[in-house]
Amino acid sequence: MAETTISDAGYATPRPDGLRGIAADWASDQRAFKNVSWGKAMMWIFLLSDTFIFGCFLLSYMTARMSTRVPWPNPSEVFALHIGGADIPLILIAIMTFVLISSSGTMAMAVMFGYRRDRRKTAALMLLTAVLGATFVGMQAFEWTKLIQEGVRPWGNPWGAAQFGSSFFMITGFHGTHVTIGVIFLIIIARKVLRGDYDTGARGFFTSRRGQYESVEIMGLYWHFVDLVWVFIFAFFYLW
Amino acid sequence: MSEATVPANGQHALHAAHGHETAVAATHADTHQEHPIKLYLVVWGWLFVLSAGSYMVDYFHLQGYLRWSLILLFMVLKAGLIVAVFMHMAWERLALVYAIIVPPVFVLVFVAIMVIESEYTLFSRLTFFGAGS
Repeated sequence: MAETTISDAGYATPRPDGLRGIAADWASDQRAFKNVSWGKAMMWIFLLSDTFIFGCFLLSYMTARMSTRVPWPNPSEVFALHIGGADIPLILIAIMTFVLISSSGTMAMAVMFGYRRDRRKTAALMLLTAVLGATFVGMQAFEWTKLIQEGVRPWGNPWGAAQFGSSFFMITGFHGTHVTIGVIFLIIIARKVLRGDYDTGARGFFTSRRGQYESVEIMGLYWHFVDLVWVFIFAFFYLW
Repeated sequence: MSEATVPANGQHALHAAHGHETAVAATHADTHQEHPIKLYLVVWGWLFVLSAGSYMVDYFHLQGYLRWSLILLFMVLKAGLIVAVFMHMAWERLALVYAIIVPPVFVLVFVAIMVIESEYTLFSRLTFFGAGS
């Protein structure tokens, strides 16, 4: 376990606080993320790269919207649903947001029970998270179907700037893909937890490595990130 | 300074490092992100409240600076809660926190560049193509 710099006496040398500590951690001949396992560090670095991808999508959407001469469609009206004789603005998006936030809550608790080695509760909460995620994707499919029927295409729409359609399908499509992959990932990890792979140290099919309950937390990082991206899409695409 | 091994960490297992066992025990405690269930429920509740707030901004047709500032405020608070508590960033080592949090901040520079660029594009379009289509 190469944690901190190990002194001659065999124990970790104390690190200074704050920026000096960061500089010491990042110094040469060091392992920068000392108390963080490889799996977790790699997931964080992957999420950082994903942040740039979604950042670029939102940026290109901003550029398209700011530079067009044609008025941008009003998302509040475009995404309104006709319920009980009245148009309720953004209601589907609001429900989708609540579903995704709830899935983040159940995921956070799954991580907690994972570290308590409570197999049944962990797996149950993860599967509940997967169900909420699938619900979200289902509602998104409904939203896409409705908009396609109304004539929205990547190259045009009935209400204004043509770029609206391409931005919409690109951003929500990429996010929906992430949610779908997350649901599959959740089911795989939940199955491993339920089967007791992390208690018996069974080797994984794909990597032949022994798994740990930390996999649940790493899975959780991915899932919370998907929720995080939705926070930005909700604000910039649907409310702005 | 013995606790400095785990800055910004909730679990202070490393007091006056006695030697090998203490250090190893501390690193084990660090990797375990276990917090009371109440914390998660409180954050969950706040995320609901903040989302409802964002929705209300649209529902009541708030416009102008009030609308934009409220949307951005709710967005930043939600993102902060998710990253800090759900993703356990508040308890991570600073070397990781800065490595992950600082790079996205530079996206704001990109935003500024693209705002200038899109204003120029709009200006050119209006100048050479007029306001139509």
